[in-house]
Amino acid sequence: MDIKAYIALSLSLFIIGIIGVLIRRNAIIIFMCIELMLNAVNLLLVAFSKMHALSPVAKASLDYASDAQIFVFFIMVVAAAEVTVGLAIIVMMYRNVHTVDVNFLNRLKN
Amino acid sequence: MNNIFKLIWLIPVLPLIGFLINGLGRKSLSKKTSGILASAVILGSFILSLLTFIQVNQGVTSNVHLFNFIHLNSLKVAFDFKIDQLSVLFLMIITGVGFLIHVYSTAYMHEEEGKDFAKYFAYLNLFVFSMLLLVMGGNYLIMFIGWEGVGLCSYLLIGYWFRNTAYTNAAKKAFVMNRIGDLGFLLALFWLISKIGTVQYDEVFDVANLAKLSNIDITGITLLLFVGATGKSAQIPLFTWLPDAMAGPTPVSALIHAATMVTAGIYMIARSNALFSLAHETQTVITIVGLATALFAASIAIKQNDIKKILAYSTVSQLGFMFLALGTGNYVAAVFHVLTHAFFKALMFLGSGSVIHAMGGEQDIRKMGGLHKHMKITSITFFIGCLAIAGIPGFSGFFSKDEILASAFSHSVVLYSIALFTALLTAFYMFRLYIITFTGTFRGTNDQKHHLHESPKAMTIPLLILALLSIIGGYIGVPEALGGHHYLSAYLSPVVESVEHHLTNSTEYLLMGLSTILVLVAILYAWVKYKNYQIEPEAKGLGKVLQNKWYVDELYQKIIVNPLNAVANFFNNIIETKLIDGAVNGVGKGINYGSRQLRWLQSGQVGAYVLLMVIGILILFFIQLIL
Repeated sequence: MDIKAYIALSLSLFIIGIIGVLIRRNAIIIFMCIELMLNAVNLLLVAFSKMHALSPVAKASLDYASDAQIFVFFIMVVAAAEVTVGLAIIVMMYRNVHTVDVNFLNRLKN
Repeated sequence: MNNIFKLIWLIPVLPLIGFLINGLGRKSLSKKTSGILASAVILGSFILSLLTFIQVNQGVTSNVHLFNFIHLNSLKVAFDFKIDQLSVLFLMIITGVGFLIHVYSTAYMHEEEGKDFAKYFAYLNLFVFSMLLLVMGGNYLIMFIGWEGVGLCSYLLIGYWFRNTAYTNAAKKAFVMNRIGDLGFLLALFWLISKIGTVQYDEVFDVANLAKLSNIDITGITLLLFVGATGKSAQIPLFTWLPDAMAGPTPVSALIHAATMVTAGIYMIARSNALFSLAHETQTVITIVGLATALFAASIAIKQNDIKKILAYSTVSQLGFMFLALGTGNYVAAVFHVLTHAFFKALMFLGSGSVIHAMGGEQDIRKMGGLHKHMKITSITFFIGCLAIAGIPGFSGFFSKDEILASAFSHSVVLYSIALFTALLTAFYMFRLYIITFTGTFRGTNDQKHHLHESPKAMTIPLLILALLSIIGGYIGVPEALGGHHYLSAYLSPVVESVEHHLTNSTEYLLMGLSTILVLVAILYAWVKYKNYQIEPEAKGLGKVLQNKWYVDELYQKIIVNPLNAVANFFNNIIETKLIDGAVNGVGKGINYGSRQLRWLQSGQVGAYVLLMVIGILILFFIQLIL
């Protein structure tokens, strides 16, 4: 499949993520949107990796052809760890202000 | 090296020790202890000076090296004491007359509180210390240290009764006027250092004598030194501080006027005679300034009514005479007059202190009169002082003044006639003072009349000693025309070149006879005019101008003080408030305003922060695209 389709998909996923972060106030949804952006980047990485593997340069030395694919798994692991921290923060937030609306987190103002 | 020269450092150190003990222990020392201590250290210095004098008189002089003061590659200044005929003579005057004044002070100041009393003596000792340093220093820098110290002490002592604003103002005036002169001295020092790289007397004079300095250099240096001398020795235009210096206690006036301070300028020029003799332009300036000051101050003294003011202007006038002698190149005559003047002026100041003491602080001679009956010793000694300053033959002032007049005559007849006229004025105003104060009837209040008494022994004994010195002091310089040998001239000849008079004996007799007769006439005129003295109506015309001191203070106020104040006000009100405060406050205000505007960015909304972050990323992205 053409690389352009992957780029378009991951770009639209990324923009959806941005817009979601900007317009939603629910911390969990914002968090999901952030994950969405992360995965959009992952998708792009994998797509480029696949394209690169087909190039003559990569064919000359197959040792490095699928590095990015493995790299993505690392990102997923790190993202999973990050999710646990992020969710823990949201739980603490709920315990403190009894809501997950980020607009209530304004105690540093003034 | 003789033994006495090893102890020479004790001469200035003794008063310094006295100063430290009295100054630090002023709260615990009893009045008696501090008075005796202060007098004793000066007596010690006097005895050492006397022993040194005996050595020096035999022709043994020395440059005592103590330690290196400044030691740089380009400039080496040693802390030396120069002990020769000239400095030892001054040491004797300073410590001798200074000692008498200290003794006198113990009685004069007895009403002061214990700690003020000790403070007074501490200052007095410091004064003597500075003056000794000035005189003994082996180079111009050491002299300058003493020079500044003397200025400081005069400030402290003139403003001794510092609770009186007028007195502190007088002290400030003395200090500022002195500083103006000091600047001249300092510039002369810099000039010397930059040209020949040394300030040691001997080296400087050697260089000058070998004609290694250009004419401009010598004239400039000597003129600047002379500016320093006008400040210290109260010559035109810096003389107005001296009459105001009367604010201090009377013994202080005696110390300033007779033994120390004002003679510093004379000493400095006499010390630098090798330089000054090469600078004819400077000598002319000194002659003119000296003569003008003498005449000017004498004319003011005629119309003053404050006993100390009269004496102060008389000092200014006599200093003018000394400068006249210096200007005409007769350094010996100037030093001679310093010596005799120290005796009779100290005598008259202490005498006036005795009068003021008896009058309970009154200084206006219009309210005195007939004091001779009540205080015979003071009156008689004061009379001797008047005879000496007027130049009656046989008294010390006659010999020194006559020598100055003779050297003026050998220069030009005009100089001589003005100087003679000034001498007549001197005789006139001194006897006006004496006649109004001590003869006639008492014009004060009844309280004062009952209070009149002769002063205690501690005051009258110094008077008697000084009176004796005022009589015999002149015999060390009897001119050869009168069959004398002029011992002083021979004594000073290693340091100061003596001048040939070129006057025949008969001319000298004529000059002496003329001045004596005219002085007697002036005294007689004063007697006729003031023997039945009544309080005069307000003077008019010239008399009023003289009474107001030629309005010099007012003139200085107008042309110097007021413009300076205006400039200071301009800087204070316009530059300071508008420009400097504006800049400083402006920075603060600007930051305040800016931060208040920036505060709106911190909305506290997480969404807003994220939006800004996204915008930022987009901007970076587009920048990346464009580049």
